Amino acid sequence: MTAHAIELKGISKAFGPVQANRNISMSVAKGTIHGIVGENGAGKSTLMSILYGFYKADRGEIWIDGKLTPIPDSQAAIRAGIGMVHQHFKLVENFTVVENVILGAEDGALLRPSIAKARRLLTELSEEYGLKVDPDAMIEDLSVGHQQRVEILKQLYRHADILILDEPTGVLTPAEADQLFRILERLKEEGKTIILITHKLREIMEITDTVSVMRRGEMTNTVKTADTSPAELAEMMVGRKVLLEVDKAPATPGDVVLKVDKLRVVRGGVERLKGVSLEIRRGEILGIAGVAGNGQTELLQVLGGMIPAQGGTVTLHNEPLDVTGKHSNGQTRRARGIGHVPEDRQTEGLIMAYEAWENVAFGYHQDPKYNTGLLMNNAAIKDDCADKMARYDVRPPNPRLPARNFSGGNQQKIVVAREMDRAPDLLLVGQPTRGVDIGAIEFIHKQIIALRDQGKAILLVSVELDEIMGLSDRIAVMFDGRIMGERLPSETNENELGLLMAGVTQGAA
Amino acid sequence: MDKMPKWADVVLIPLISVVLALVVSGLVVAIIGESPWRAMEIMVRGAFGSAYGWGYTLYYATNFIFTGLAVAVAFHARLFNIGGEGQAALGGLGVAIILLGVAWPHWTIALLAAVLFSAAFGAVWAAVPAYLQAKRGSHIVITTIMFNYIASALMVYLLVNVFRVEGSMSPESATFAEAVHLPNAASFAGFLGFRGSTPLNFSFFLALLACVFVWLLIWRTRLGYEIRAFGHSDSAAVYAGINPTKIIMITMIISGALAGMMAINVVMGEAERLVLDFVEGAGFVGIAVALMGRSHPVGVILAALLFGALYQGGAELQFEMPAISREMVVVIQALVILFTGALDNMVRMPMQAFFLSLRRRREAGARTPAE
Amino acid sequence: MDFLTIVQILDSTVRLATPLLLACLAGLWSERAGIFDIGLEGKMLAAAFFSAAIAFTTGSVWLGLFAGIVASVFLSGLHGVASITFRGNQLISGVAINFLAAGLTVVIAQTWFQQGGRTPQLATESRFGNIVLPGAETRIRDIAQQGPLGQVYSELISGHSILVYVALLMVPLTWFLLYRTRFGLRLRAVGENPAAVDTAGVSVVGLRYAAVVICGVLCGLAGAYLATALNAGFVKDMSAGRGFIALAALIFAKWRPWYALSACLLFGLFDAIGNRYQNIQLGEFIVPVQFMQALPYILVVIVLAGLVGKAIPPRAGGEPYVKER
Repeated sequence: MTAHAIELKGISKAFGPVQANRNISMSVAKGTIHGIVGENGAGKSTLMSILYGFYKADRGEIWIDGKLTPIPDSQAAIRAGIGMVHQHFKLVENFTVVENVILGAEDGALLRPSIAKARRLLTELSEEYGLKVDPDAMIEDLSVGHQQRVEILKQLYRHADILILDEPTGVLTPAEADQLFRILERLKEEGKTIILITHKLREIMEITDTVSVMRRGEMTNTVKTADTSPAELAEMMVGRKVLLEVDKAPATPGDVVLKVDKLRVVRGGVERLKGVSLEIRRGEILGIAGVAGNGQTELLQVLGGMIPAQGGTVTLHNEPLDVTGKHSNGQTRRARGIGHVPEDRQTEGLIMAYEAWENVAFGYHQDPKYNTGLLMNNAAIKDDCADKMARYDVRPPNPRLPARNFSGGNQQKIVVAREMDRAPDLLLVGQPTRGVDIGAIEFIHKQIIALRDQGKAILLVSVELDEIMGLSDRIAVMFDGRIMGERLPSETNENELGLLMAGVTQGAA
Repeated sequence: MDKMPKWADVVLIPLISVVLALVVSGLVVAIIGESPWRAMEIMVRGAFGSAYGWGYTLYYATNFIFTGLAVAVAFHARLFNIGGEGQAALGGLGVAIILLGVAWPHWTIALLAAVLFSAAFGAVWAAVPAYLQAKRGSHIVITTIMFNYIASALMVYLLVNVFRVEGSMSPESATFAEAVHLPNAASFAGFLGFRGSTPLNFSFFLALLACVFVWLLIWRTRLGYEIRAFGHSDSAAVYAGINPTKIIMITMIISGALAGMMAINVVMGEAERLVLDFVEGAGFVGIAVALMGRSHPVGVILAALLFGALYQGGAELQFEMPAISREMVVVIQALVILFTGALDNMVRMPMQAFFLSLRRRREAGARTPAE
Repeated sequence: MDFLTIVQILDSTVRLATPLLLACLAGLWSERAGIFDIGLEGKMLAAAFFSAAIAFTTGSVWLGLFAGIVASVFLSGLHGVASITFRGNQLISGVAINFLAAGLTVVIAQTWFQQGGRTPQLATESRFGNIVLPGAETRIRDIAQQGPLGQVYSELISGHSILVYVALLMVPLTWFLLYRTRFGLRLRAVGENPAAVDTAGVSVVGLRYAAVVICGVLCGLAGAYLATALNAGFVKDMSAGRGFIALAALIFAKWRPWYALSACLLFGLFDAIGNRYQNIQLGEFIVPVQFMQALPYILVVIVLAGLVGKAIPPRAGGEPYVKER
């Protein structure tokens, strides 16, 4: 038997009181693609960061190509032929491609020779693997897909034989993801070993040879991909049977609640929304599908009053809503009965340093029931918080705990409780289950459907196509600041949506 | 789970930091060849050993409460107001204008007017940097520093060319009318031994009142809730419908007003006229006071008291140990800022590790009998 | 105003711009690596004192220069420990360093020299003398006799201390190191996105300390110039806000070396005009001397207000680098 490309033996790592990795052993054969799946916080990224020398393990050994190889820092990992493409790219935005590629791998003290050599090598590499990029382009001018190519080129330039990719498809269109997979297969043929971290079971099934499952810091199973199924993997991830389908009755749409007409937004000199029009009715969930960064964020932010629009009109129950003027803010939106679960709970939805009870009033702190005259009524807010925590199953149900001390799922439940408990006429929901464990996902999905069944209108933005397909009554696809088309979930499929997400319309194709 | 109990975070860490600052200050004294113990004894005796000492200590503390609160309020909105010095100077200008310009019948009404004018002048001097920060993104730290220098030049000009009494050489205004002199500690607390010459005056109560006001504002009002929310996360504040421009402006106006009111103590309560450089660094001491006091009014009072004692004790020190310059107090102030503000983690990291291991041991101890 | 007067004003512009330029480049190195430094003022002050004190006691201006640099690098190191190792607030650390220098220089000066917090006057041989370039005249009477080119050569180009020429040389040197070498590439990267440098296997901490030390050396030169070339000895608070003006020049210069040179020369020019003309009469109005003194600060505020174009600082500036979890 040939030596394994990678062998981990008894890796453990703790961050303060949190045990992120517990006694993990794993081996990956040379020239294969190995998947690692697990829920958020299962310890996948920590494990790979240890392999890449970004963190040091408390205990355990790393063997590369059959040799014990201590990896105290990233330099050692690079020397051992390990390269990593992080979920959030590690690129210097205002440097060129070639500068980013040579950074840390320069040949001498002067830059000029290094740059000349890198430019030549980049051309060769990009032709060999189909990774076309302009070496002199600025990173900030490149699309996300191309930025990812630069990350891969960076690793190839450093002669990486083992490539770790952390959630590589999160920001890609289905078509771009397919391209990436072709590249990975090409790399595999060249004898490279690839580790793919993902939470998308479909990708695991499509491309990996073997797959490991992590749960709560431990590695629970390693199986051949051919011998397993998505349902089985999901069960291994969560530790119990999971319903991958969302259970809901057909919608019974009523009057139009929200009408958006030719909405335009310009941010930082870039037109983010280029005339978006849509309608949502009572008792209906409109899902917005699309790759991150195509204007969904701005759509939510304008409707939520966070940023002004530069043009277009919005009406709520046929009454105009100020989206361009100075009365456009979160307070006036809430007063009109619009709830908003923002895309990023950590930087928008919650004040992480505030205790749970303070967060329950966040955005509604002007509400008379939270105030007595000039002063805030802290006792009333705390009571309300305790009540909401009980009904929305927030754990631990302690109003005095700062928000940062709750898990991702429980933080999201606090936001959901605050925004949905007032039964708003229109609920804006952005990435409701990002970084949330499966138990909380089920809970949040049920809450959203229950609100719809009360006859409320819901705008759902998510980059998870499965979530959009499962929850929406109608699906609109956004690309480059425009709505590319609307489909009914029953009459479409992932391929068709994927094409729309990439900006390809049926007529043009 | 938090890594350590709240009391350790709020009380223990600042305390250790201040002790470290004082130990290093002691080392400095030892290095220049004097006895730190003797220096400390002189300072403590000078600050607290007599009604005379207390009078000065509390008088200085009054200044530092105002400037400390000014920095603290801004800190809650994550704004670093280094402009207390200039704002206080402008506050003094306001006091002088209203006390010289109007013939007040009684000090009580004059005090009200002085509060309004000192606060308004200080607020205006803070509002310009605030506006530039909110609307133009100019860094408030740099602009407030610049405004200190501009204020200083402005005050020199006004005192030399406008306020100076005809025929006098010294750059200072005429003395205020007898009727507007604030009662000093001898008249309301003479039974404690304060003499007529003590600088401690009625403004001390005003400072305490300001503490109550700041506490209510920050922790009990909607505005305070918004200020703190904005300070923790401006993006979340926008999500909640809190207007960043409004918060930056209001916070800095309150901050500048508090700094400006420091002038009441010095200009109206003590000097009874406007003199050059009357702020004497109190605006900067406010930074140390706010950092050490964790931006909480109670902490600010305690820290202001410490610095009041340092200033008074430092003056005594210079008398008795001429080898030690009065600037030693500035060194101590710098070290307090350094240890409580910038090197906070140096104390915090080991403390967190300590409390973590304590908890591990406790949990292990709790588990063993069960097994 | 005759030609020679203009040349003289420009000459004093260069002299007055030199400490600004050195401090500005110091700030450039630090901030390009992502470490904000409002402690330039304090470091200059400390260097000014120690250079004067050691130059006085040893009689050697070079030993003085060395002592000034050591003092400045020490404070830089302190800033590094606070903001790199302990990930503290860089602004607060800078403020502390300014006060530390303001206090310690006077305390030590009092202990050593008992002259109320100043050093004794430095004799000519314990100062940096003016270098006379070949063929240049030194006496003003002789210069006045020369033609325009000769006047420029003798008055403006010749006759500065070595530190002036060093400061001017630092501009191309800084440019070359930043934009043409591996070190510069990494240093700029660490100020923009330290995570990119870290994952490339290069030490973020090492680079940032290197930047902070360079900053200390340059501030040391600036301070030594103040006390041993521009003046003859140290007096309390002699940096007089120059550290902050240098910082403003840095913003004005958009963190670029050649722009820094122009910005510092501009602020130096204001200073030179203010020094030469106390009260300037403009028709009916008399511009008071206090206004001229405040002018650089007012100008900085106007610059900061973005009325002269937008300045984008290094993106990771002011943020301690924490490996994300």
